[in-house]
Parts: sequence; C-alpha cells; structure tokens
Amino acid sequence: MDWLAIFNLALGELISPLTAAYILCALGLAVHFGFTGLMNFGQAAFAAVGAYGLAIGILTFSMPTWAAVLFGMACAVVFALILGIPTLRLRADYLAIVTIAAAEIFRYLMLTSGFSGVTGGSAGLSAFNTEFRQLNPFPDGNYGFGPFTFREEELWMRIVGWSAVVLAALFVMFVMRSPWGRVLRGIREDEDAVRSLGKNVFAYKLQALIIGGVIAALGGMIFVLNLSNVQPASWGTNFTFMIWTVLLLGGAATILGPIVGGMLFFLLLTLTQSIIGGLVDIGVINFLSPPQVGQVRFLIIGLALMALVIFRPQGIFGNKKEMQFNG
Amino acid sequence: MANNISVGAAAPGCKKVDPILVADNVTRQFGGLTAVDVAHLEIPRGQITALIGPNGAGKTTLFNLLTGFDKPNTGTWIYDGKNLAGVSSYKVARLGMVRTFQLTKALSLLTVIDNMRLGAQDQPGENFLRSFLKPLWIKYENQITEKADELLKRFKLDAKREDYAAALSGGQRKLLEMARALMSDPKLVMLDEPMAGVNPALTQSLLEHIKDLKKNGTTVLFVEHDMHMVRHISDWVVVMAEGKIVAEGPPAVVMKDQAVIDAYLGAHADTDLGTVSIKTIPAKSTKEKK
Repeated sequence: MDWLAIFNLALGELISPLTAAYILCALGLAVHFGFTGLMNFGQAAFAAVGAYGLAIGILTFSMPTWAAVLFGMACAVVFALILGIPTLRLRADYLAIVTIAAAEIFRYLMLTSGFSGVTGGSAGLSAFNTEFRQLNPFPDGNYGFGPFTFREEELWMRIVGWSAVVLAALFVMFVMRSPWGRVLRGIREDEDAVRSLGKNVFAYKLQALIIGGVIAALGGMIFVLNLSNVQPASWGTNFTFMIWTVLLLGGAATILGPIVGGMLFFLLLTLTQSIIGGLVDIGVINFLSPPQVGQVRFLIIGLALMALVIFRPQGIFGNKKEMQFNG
Repeated sequence: MANNISVGAAAPGCKKVDPILVADNVTRQFGGLTAVDVAHLEIPRGQITALIGPNGAGKTTLFNLLTGFDKPNTGTWIYDGKNLAGVSSYKVARLGMVRTFQLTKALSLLTVIDNMRLGAQDQPGENFLRSFLKPLWIKYENQITEKADELLKRFKLDAKREDYAAALSGGQRKLLEMARALMSDPKLVMLDEPMAGVNPALTQSLLEHIKDLKKNGTTVLFVEHDMHMVRHISDWVVVMAEGKIVAEGPPAVVMKDQAVIDAYLGAHADTDLGTVSIKTIPAKSTKEKK
C-alpha cells in the first residue's frame, strides 16, 4: 500500500470544490436547524434548485454566468416561498416529512421526460461552464505544492468555491450576532414565547428558510461547476443526509462547525475508502470484494454518526448547553 | 354592594367605570365540551384583577383566546378601543397586551440577558435588512440592555445575567418570564399562575412586583389558585366555573359568595379529607416491606 498517495489524496480532499459545496449546504442547514430549529430534510432540493437554475439560466436563457448565478439564487428564494408558506406553521417533525417529500418531488420533476427540453431529463445538463472557464484569470501551469498541486482550472474552481464558503460563513456569523439572529435563536427554543413578545414568528422562519436555502443553492452551483454537469441522480436523499452528517459532526449552532465538519468528513471518507480498498487489494481483508468497499465506508460513517449524536450531540465545536436534541 | 370599580352593584358581567378590555359572547368548544362561554366581561383599567376558578374552568383557555393564541368559535373583544377578534398573537402583544404562560416558557438555551433583550419591542436590528447596519441598532440595543439590567436587579436575577435560562430554578424562570414581559412596558399584563412553584420567600417579592406594576399604571390580570395571594393583592376578583363567569366583585365580598364557595372551594370546604388517606397508606407499605 502506498501510504503517501493515500494521505496526499485525503489531504487534497480537504480543500476540494466538492468539500466546499457540501460545506455551503451545511452552512445553510445550520441557519435552518442550528439557529432557527427548522427540521429541513430537503436541503438537497435547495442545492438542486441552485444548480438547475444556473445551468438553465445559461443554456436556455443564454444568460452570462453572473446573471445565471443570481437567477439560481432567485429560484431558491421562490422554492423557499413555495415550500415555506404552507408548511412553516407545522411542528418541527411534520416539517421534516414535508421537506423530504418536496425534495423528492423536485428531483422527479427534473427527471421526467416531459421537461427534458429544458432540464435534460435523466441525462441532465452539461456544457454550461464554458464562460466560467474563460473567466479563469490564471495562466496555464501547475500551482501549489505537495498534495495541494493544481492545474490552473482546478485552482480557479477552488478559489471560487472557498471564497463562497468564506463569504457565506462571514455573512451567517454577522446576522446571527445581530438582534435578528437573537429572535431566530428564541424561535428555536420556544415559538410561542417569542410570539407572546410581539415577534412575527412566521415571517422570521420564512426569512431563515430563504437565507439557508440560498446558501445551499450556492453550494449546488459549486457542486455542478466542478463536475461540469447537472444530473438528477445527484440530489437524492443521501445528499441531504451527508449534509446533516457534516453539520452534526461540526456542531449545528456554530459557524466554524460546518466548515471543519465538512473537511473532516471528506478526509475520513477518502481515508477509509483508500485504506479499506488497499487492504482488500493486498488480500488482508478477504471477505470484501472491491465494489463493496464503497458501501462499507458509508456503513462505518453511519455508525460514526450514531455515536456522534449519542455521545456528543453538540458536535465538535458546539457548546453542549446550547445544542441538544430536545425536539 | 357599592364600590368604585363597577358601575352599580357587582354582579357577573357587570359594567366597569373604566374598562381596558371588554369581551362579548366569547365561546370556545373542544368537540362537545364548551370550555369557555363568557357572555360579557370587562376588565377594569389600572387595577389588579384576579381570575379564579377550579381546574378546567376555562381560565387559561380564555387567556389563550384573548391573546390570539387560540381561535374562538364566536365572540368579539375590544382592548383599548380596538377590536382584537382574529388578530394574531404577536400583534396583540405589540398593542401592549403581554402575557406569560402557566408552564413557564423561558428560552432555555439563551442567556438570561438575551431573554430580556428579546422582550423589548421595536428593536430595528430585528429587521433582517437593518441587522447588517450595526449603527442603526446599537444605540437602541444599549438602551434596552440598560433597562434589562435594571429589571433584572429588581427581580434579583442580576447575578444570573450571563447564565443560560436553563440553569435557573423553576421559580427564577417565573421571575424571568415576568421581567421579560415587562421589557415592552405593556399596558395590560396577563399572568397565568405567577405563583405556581415559587417558594414562599420569592412569593413575597413577586407580590411586591405586581403591586409596583399597578403603581406604574399597568393593568394586571392574573390567574391564581393561591387564595391568600388573591385576597392580598387583587382589587377585583372574577370567578369562572365550567366556562362561565359565575361571580365578580371585590375580593372580600366574592370570597363569601355562595356561588364561589360551591364552585371553587366545594361544599366540603371545611371537612378534613387528608386524615383518611394518611391512615391507609403506611399500613400497606409496611406490609410490602416484609
């Protein structure tokens, strides 16, 4: 086994655009769940809305990339309104069911052949990132050192993705420290108490849903710009649950939590994949076939998530007193 | 009997000299059960009114209806000249009619001081767009923090300022909830069992706080089971039973009313029921030990 290659690969994952995409989605979920107490199990849909908004904006409406990004964010706002207006009066557990259903509905809508002229159906959309590549200011060549050596377009993608993470994190930190954020945290604790103090709880919840959704939409855009295509299969419930894992790993009611949680999650995912895969290859583990390795690492991660919420519900960075699963 | 609060003699649903809240024909049914059926009720302005009645009389339901936390089947009520029927609960609070809850709703995982700050209304920083511009709200934030500190001192919670509300005792949470309700300088405070679970030492200071409210011109309406407290601080008592107002009047008079004694204290008010159960229980438990 080539341990150096394994660690290089894993370290490279730390700052991969995919990690940035998941972190953005987790930051959005932190706004929903960590700060406002909204049990959103449909975060994949917000990311998908952003991704499809970007691709359709460029391909169907021939927008420049910057306009398509704004269009994707606007689509996320509309989606949040459609989802939020009828459901935000529901209790947290019912909201979870509705959001998971809404995410599946959106995915199937993108999958149907009826709209395939716009959405690409099951094949998805591609060739929307030409202009994004042309915007790359770096000349051809290799940049960085060791595991962090990138070609010019890889560097460009990472800079865009992580700038979005930094901006989103600063934004969330800023608003959560304001009196507005205080009302959201109050709603997380007890809606009726906040209502009795003269706050329009419904409006605050809707605003939180929109803001978290728009941040997730940005995550979805980074996700598809990196892959160069949008496919309906990417946005299943497992996408949502990976975001939840990232969030809970780091700490739900924190800013740094989702960021470090995301990096750690992908580091562990790559490490377990490479190490178990390597052990299977050299015959140390002989009861697994190579295709099973991918499943086994998710099994391990599932167990780790269970252990996490049982023994450390506040995550790595959370304050134990502030974030607990008390419904 | 003549008094200076009601127009004419005190009777269920009687008119008041200066009412702050007038409710008419308010009913609320849960399935076949009529929880509240109030034909007419007026709450006198600037006075302390107690709402008493046995468990299940509909006191808390009436509170929920009046403050918009529940919707009535029929009825209208006018607060300070405004019809509040169908108005949502947060708007009711903004009009200066603030309530507390029977089961205390302290915001557990917010600090005590943040709980208090949340009680203030019209903080411009609570608007999403304005929350970005700290200069727009920091001055008001300092003002409300100062006011919150003053109230915390009055309620003897200043030592707990930076603690999470979850770390407070049950009685302290009651105090916090009341102090928080006062942050908005309400015109009418509605307290749902403010004394439940509060130890006797704190009771005395709570009573003083409620009397202070009256001195500052705030109207108080409270639900309470503790008859000593009702007798001690209220100017007016309204008695509910089975959803209806069965008696009204100054405390000294109401407590002697036959309807109240029947409905609330029960026909066996003077019989000591405790002796029966005490005799049987120890006998059983000693047997089990063997």
